[in-house]
Amino acid sequence: MSASTINKPVQNAATEEFLDRPEYARVTRDVKPMPPRYRNELGKFRVHRSSECKQCGRCVEVCRYGVHNRPDGYRLIIRPFDYRCIGPDCEKTDTCCLKTCPQNALSLTTNPVFETLGDYRWTPELITSTWQMAETGHAPGQGRECETGASGGGFDRIRLRFPATPPADLRPEDISTEIHLNRRNDSRQRLKIDVPWYGGGMSFGSTSINAILSRARSAKAWNTLTCTGEGGYVDRLIPYADYVITQVATGLFGVREETIQRAPVVEFKYAQGAKPGLGGHLLGDKNTPPVAAMREAVVGVPLFSPFPFHSVYSIEDHKKHIDWIAHVNPRALISAKVSTPADVDMVAVGSYYAGVHIVHLDGSYGGTGAAPNIAKKNIAMPIEYGISRVHRFLVAEGIRDAVTVIASGGIRNPYDIVKSIALGADGVVIGTAEVVALGCIRCGNCESGCGCPRGITTTAAGYCDRISIDWGTQRLINLYNAWREMLVDILCRLGVESVAALRGRTDLLYHLDYEPE
Amino acid sequence: MPAKYHIHTHPARPRFRPVGKFGIVDWREDCASCHNCVKRACAYGFYREEADTLHDEIGYLDYIYQCKGCLSCVQDCTKGILTRIVNPEYKRIGDAYYTPAILLATWYQADTGRIPVSGAGYGGPFTGSGFDSMWTDMSEIVRPTRDGIHGREYINTSVDIGRKNDHLIFENGNLIPSPPLVVSPLPILFEAVPERWLREPIPAAVSKAAAQLELFSVVRSNGIPADLSVTKDNIIPLLDGVAALSDETFASASMVMIPDRPLIGADVAALKERNPEQIVAIRLDASPDTAKRAVELAGKGVEVLHLVFDSHGREIAPVKPRHARDVIREVHGALVKAGTRDQITIIVSGGIAQAEHMAKAIICGADLVAIDIPLMIALECRLCGECDRGERCQIALEEIDPQFAIERMINLMGAWHSQLLELMGAMGIREVRRLRGEVGRCMFFEDLEREIFAPLFGTRREGSVTI
Repeated sequence: MSASTINKPVQNAATEEFLDRPEYARVTRDVKPMPPRYRNELGKFRVHRSSECKQCGRCVEVCRYGVHNRPDGYRLIIRPFDYRCIGPDCEKTDTCCLKTCPQNALSLTTNPVFETLGDYRWTPELITSTWQMAETGHAPGQGRECETGASGGGFDRIRLRFPATPPADLRPEDISTEIHLNRRNDSRQRLKIDVPWYGGGMSFGSTSINAILSRARSAKAWNTLTCTGEGGYVDRLIPYADYVITQVATGLFGVREETIQRAPVVEFKYAQGAKPGLGGHLLGDKNTPPVAAMREAVVGVPLFSPFPFHSVYSIEDHKKHIDWIAHVNPRALISAKVSTPADVDMVAVGSYYAGVHIVHLDGSYGGTGAAPNIAKKNIAMPIEYGISRVHRFLVAEGIRDAVTVIASGGIRNPYDIVKSIALGADGVVIGTAEVVALGCIRCGNCESGCGCPRGITTTAAGYCDRISIDWGTQRLINLYNAWREMLVDILCRLGVESVAALRGRTDLLYHLDYEPE
Repeated sequence: MPAKYHIHTHPARPRFRPVGKFGIVDWREDCASCHNCVKRACAYGFYREEADTLHDEIGYLDYIYQCKGCLSCVQDCTKGILTRIVNPEYKRIGDAYYTPAILLATWYQADTGRIPVSGAGYGGPFTGSGFDSMWTDMSEIVRPTRDGIHGREYINTSVDIGRKNDHLIFENGNLIPSPPLVVSPLPILFEAVPERWLREPIPAAVSKAAAQLELFSVVRSNGIPADLSVTKDNIIPLLDGVAALSDETFASASMVMIPDRPLIGADVAALKERNPEQIVAIRLDASPDTAKRAVELAGKGVEVLHLVFDSHGREIAPVKPRHARDVIREVHGALVKAGTRDQITIIVSGGIAQAEHMAKAIICGADLVAIDIPLMIALECRLCGECDRGERCQIALEEIDPQFAIERMINLMGAWHSQLLELMGAMGIREVRRLRGEVGRCMFFEDLEREIFAPLFGTRREGSVTI
């Protein structure tokens, strides 16, 4: 059976047309406001307009945050976009709607949903500030927490040490955020991405096709990468092939000569931070006919990937594995995605000597579509430790500059990126932040039934359509832009001229629980 | 290769409505009564029929117990009148150690016998106290363990209970037989049912569930269920009185347990005299002196030590009681130093609330754990403590069908067994016996901080808040 017949059910008239018309794949990194797709977006506050309102429109005039709106041609003011409200702080200013309303028709309360949102790592503030970045394309305004969560350790207790007077001659437009992925000086391409992050693997099956395409399109816009994950290479990704990493995971779904050959980077997924030592797991309900066709499996059957690669039981096998891909695609860079066991430093060195260009460390708090809770909580160490341990070991080994270290598993915002790179990574991989930008609330139901009712991690027809490709693409482009702006701002304030120069600068970090010596 | 130990589980639906975490509430006075109400679109179907069952009290109240909290309806409602709240009852169940989340997870396991699985990354705190400040290790490539969930290779979870000589002993040229050993297919004993739950038919159900799982259960000598036999039903009588020590009914048990006391050697000798094949376990409350006492007893030839912690896993100490994590490590280390660790079996109870605690206690140095409260939670207990105040049991434990109770406990153990396999599989360890004291297969928070962060950031402040 040829690849084309296997993939047949995935394609319908619309997708074939998509492939025939490459202009559909055109995408720019321009920021455009992209409002949330739900009628009632969630924020910290609720603004209520009572029936006393006389529609005078004073609130529309004064509010600087776009809470009150009367669209052109409307006689009535529409229901307040209260998720944009900054709350009681506004009462100190002249632009507060509550004080301005002649009828006293407006009232402000906290939103009870807000308190139930998120968790220790992704606090409600972090979730809503990410939404705001995805909507506006810029850093959230003052008073919005977008730096740390409440986990009580790691990134959440590490802070940046800004010099009192940064160098005056450092201008934002001179700061470079690009990173090189090939440091081996071999015959393979000198791949460079414009921002120090790229998208992690999310398989077709775990994630909706619209979310996958949104990620690929924003990767293209920002000249960075995204990854197929384990579920195979969907034909609709082909127009973005230069920006899509093909993942080779233990299930080998969709691993074919042509999918290896079209990839700029091929990633071996040895382990995943959320469930180190366990294989992938797609629950039966998400295994719909297109997914099953792509994975050459039976519809409705849960799909477990083995662990580990049964072709790899030694470092020599690992080398053989890499040689295999390297010969199939002489252009591609090779990445090894590993998690963070106690001997992660040895794993990194071993991977390097076996020939990888990128060592991708996935920390224990990384995302997943489905994993046993016991594994998510307990197995392997958080990424903050992993980065530092690997960086120091590679430096001591004298090979730090010959390999790219990429960190993932709990990178939520530009501050986490800066901290990761200062601890010793070259760049990061993100995943959860992207799905949050697409409207994820981290309810953790990705695995149950037919997947996410919010249309992100599902394959069910009725739910996939809740995200349109254009909406998703723009939300991610906006997020990337906001992040890059914030990153440049941070580097400027730190007095560091490029992301590359930030690597290993632990002197720019301090930890709230430590007494410096 | 012997047959795999497998726990057959069967769904056992709860008798009472489980307490859910989230519920959707609305301000109905603003409701526009849309014919296509967003609740009808509930992906999980919980709210779909709400319009029909609105006036039916039972139907209405059910929603708060099942909502998965995806917020789709809250965010889509035309009038924005829906709100998600945390179920107030959820916040009240359990206690500081047995958190509401642990109760919900335990109920799920007792219902289904399956491992709790969810999407999205871990959202909990970075670290915590006790067992929460440990991460288990995994092996990246070289690992002889398993092949997917269905094709697991053989991972042995059985442990030996008893004394093991570290060399063969001869007397007059004849080999002296080795001391008696019993094998438990899981590193778990069912602990004596605490006072609070000592109501028919609970104790008998606990022992029967243990026997069906081929595990052992500890039962106070004055409370051995009438229809059970200490030999056939794997019961370990806890001989807590002079009369019990000489009670001939317990002479045939393969193992007995006696509380520690000064000059305990005489008691052990008397029991051994009566039945040399009987294993005698000594039970002592964990305290700052435990390590010293353990070395002393191990040196005197004691076969099994059972360290009892309080229900939150703390030792008995007047000031700053340590968590079991640290006490077990100390005891294990002291015995290793004394050269007697391999000869004695250590059982730990108290504070073993989840499957991960079992694995972590073993990594710290226990051979096996004994559990009590998780079994009661499996029977839907909410730890409300009404029984202690003389009130009626919220879940009418007295009326529970014994067969149903057994099924729930078996389901829980099935899920724990699978979770132990998950952790061991990830570590690349095939034998739970090899996990004991294997601290190289785990990472302690304070060690990682010292090795990795201290060189970067200085000295960690004493008592700095972790959560």
